[in-house]
Amino acid sequence: MRKIRAAAAVTVVTALAAAATGCGGGSSDSGDNSAPKTLTYWASNQGPNIDADKKILTPELAKFQKQTGIKVKLEVVPWSDLLNRILAATTSGDGPDVLNIGNTWSASLQASGALLPWNAKNFDAIGGKDRFVTSAVGSSGAEGKDPSAVPLYSLAYALYYNKQMFADAGITKPPTTWDELVADGKKIHAKDANKWGLGAEGGNLSNNIHQAFALGQQHGADFFDKSGQPTFTSDGAVAAVKQYVDFMAKDKIIAPGNAEYAQNQSLTDFAKGKTAMVLWQAAATSFASQGMKPTDWGAAPVPVQSGTPGTGTSVNSMVAGINIAVFNNTKNVDGAKKFVKFMTSDAEQVYLNKSYGSIPPVKAAQADPAFSAPDLQVLRDTLAKSAAPLPQVAAESQFETTVGTAIKGLWADAAGGKPVTTESVKAALTKAQQQMTQ
Amino acid sequence: MTATVTPPSAQAGSKETSGSGGARRRLPRIPDRIRRGGLPYLLLLPAILLELLIHLIPMAVGIVVSFRKLTLFFIRNWGQAPWSGFDNYKVAVDFDAPIGQALLHSFWVTCAFTILSVGLCWLFGTVAAIMLQETFRGRGLLRAIFLIPYALPAYAAIITWAFMFQHDNGLVNHVLHDQLGLTDKPSFWLIGNNSFIALVVVSVWKGWPFAFLIIMAGLQNIPRDLYEAASIDGAGMWQQIRKITLPSLRPVNQVLVLVLFLWTFNDFNTPFVLFGKSAPEAADLISIHIYQSSFVTWNFGSGSAMSVLLLLFLLVVTAIYLLLTSRGRKSADV
Repeated sequence: MRKIRAAAAVTVVTALAAAATGCGGGSSDSGDNSAPKTLTYWASNQGPNIDADKKILTPELAKFQKQTGIKVKLEVVPWSDLLNRILAATTSGDGPDVLNIGNTWSASLQASGALLPWNAKNFDAIGGKDRFVTSAVGSSGAEGKDPSAVPLYSLAYALYYNKQMFADAGITKPPTTWDELVADGKKIHAKDANKWGLGAEGGNLSNNIHQAFALGQQHGADFFDKSGQPTFTSDGAVAAVKQYVDFMAKDKIIAPGNAEYAQNQSLTDFAKGKTAMVLWQAAATSFASQGMKPTDWGAAPVPVQSGTPGTGTSVNSMVAGINIAVFNNTKNVDGAKKFVKFMTSDAEQVYLNKSYGSIPPVKAAQADPAFSAPDLQVLRDTLAKSAAPLPQVAAESQFETTVGTAIKGLWADAAGGKPVTTESVKAALTKAQQQMTQ
Repeated sequence: MTATVTPPSAQAGSKETSGSGGARRRLPRIPDRIRRGGLPYLLLLPAILLELLIHLIPMAVGIVVSFRKLTLFFIRNWGQAPWSGFDNYKVAVDFDAPIGQALLHSFWVTCAFTILSVGLCWLFGTVAAIMLQETFRGRGLLRAIFLIPYALPAYAAIITWAFMFQHDNGLVNHVLHDQLGLTDKPSFWLIGNNSFIALVVVSVWKGWPFAFLIIMAGLQNIPRDLYEAASIDGAGMWQQIRKITLPSLRPVNQVLVLVLFLWTFNDFNTPFVLFGKSAPEAADLISIHIYQSSFVTWNFGSGSAMSVLLLLFLLVVTAIYLLLTSRGRKSADV
């Protein structure tokens, strides 16, 4: 018995020691080429569902295999899992070779060292940095550092509106300022109490951030200062968040139920004719999958406080999009770069972005007539003239969580009839800022 | 107890010696003593190894991580994360600062939630088990129906509840507001203060069948004669429950309440599926709070420190509980 106890103790101690010393995980500094014939690719879910993505990507991967002899194993990862999967892969060092990331994560993942830096030499291997739209490259990592990823699909926010509901309420053209938007929303709700002006996704933290960011720009507020410290409680930031939540609390053009939406229910409401307007990124394919005809809806630039969209306080969208990155622990670094080159080639950019309803971040591909449809023209113009990247700081993911949650709480207040005041907004943002510990 | 155990083991021993003479010749080096005594340990070995691998090692790693500053800058090479001593703990228990305050708030919410949920689970389980003690037509069917919530996969069940609690199209508002007219306007259940009620409802719905099952099993062990004797003595149903059923169920209840407490206090599925990554303040259970403090904000050192504190708290509560109840049992035995 005593011997067995001793044996058990030895086992435990050995295991603990192994665990303590084996903490290193994947610590080799960069990839090698020990497995040159295969690649694993984690694609983000861009189409209406995962099967649709597989259908779109599989023939292209076969094409790549024919060209290079490299077999690509595809896994389409849902958005709800993607970041956690990347974190797990980063920690263990055991991940894909090539992966898609949301472009807002670029700086956070860059700080973790998980991704291959795209220095001039690496960019040359895929045809050079100049092939890409500047604003898209701007959202692929912190300023002054080599980008951690390469832009793959670009998106921007637009104002989508229901033409029939506008006509019914006697509105002849989409609003260009927030005042006009509020007035139009009130008209629609006044005509039929079951219909509402604008939709929102109150429970979706990222979406809250995207809207608050664009409004923040219009109020002259960045959520971080030059040194990367959070400035969530600046007057501009408070005013921006308040303006957004006030669409429900004060202006009453958003239905209270939207406060708990987090699964794109606002798009369903839009398709059913319950809401007249939504602010969304490249919504065309989603509307089609909800049974809307392209003639049912129109797209216009997201409103600004006054004047026309542009730079500075006339920014009306974040630079949204998906970047493609090479995992630092890859066993096929040359193959991975070849694959990135393939995915960002002019022909593939046209095909992929056409399939997903997004805009190619590659300049040459944008010239394709497929991207001149009126709604895509709006997105293209926005990206070119009036979009700004979200703060490219390491703490970006924390920002999304803390401020996104604060706004979610304010929506709950607005929906429950609690007053939303400058003080209550400031208090919520103060609490969010205090939780940023890094 | 010993009297009943000795004969089978003696039997087994004699069988072994008589039947395995050949085996002993083939394996001469293993002494008899170990061969006989070692078998149980050999059988236990896979379980012990898996227990180590799945529970104890991760727990130990978690404790190590809680003393490090493991943020996103170090997740790729987390052996190199700097040691931070008790810093993560200091931040977690500094109740004047926002992070500590939020943790404390979450702790109180979890306590209230656990007391309510465990209490109601136990109450419903006991009442239902006693009611179904008598044989009547359809008893088997009722028992089966009562156990359904326990048999359903947690995720599917909770997501259904999330749909029912929706503000606009949910069943709960449809019944309470549209049909019964109990509220002035449709209520929010998944955001704001009502979210606590929603959480308790789902937790009790999910948890009480387990209490029911265990108490039902416990009731089978109470001899019928006791009830017959009591009723001859003129004891009514309520007195029978109080004087016979509940005292007889005591050992069962002790384990049941402890298990329910541990499960409920740690419950992650229910708030995560109901509310997503960030629970409303009124329903901010500690497990989801810790998840947010580590996975969502990538601060694994801080999350681990909070987890270790939670582990310590649960250990202390469990130890006190076991101490109190075993003392009670001993005095009852005397």
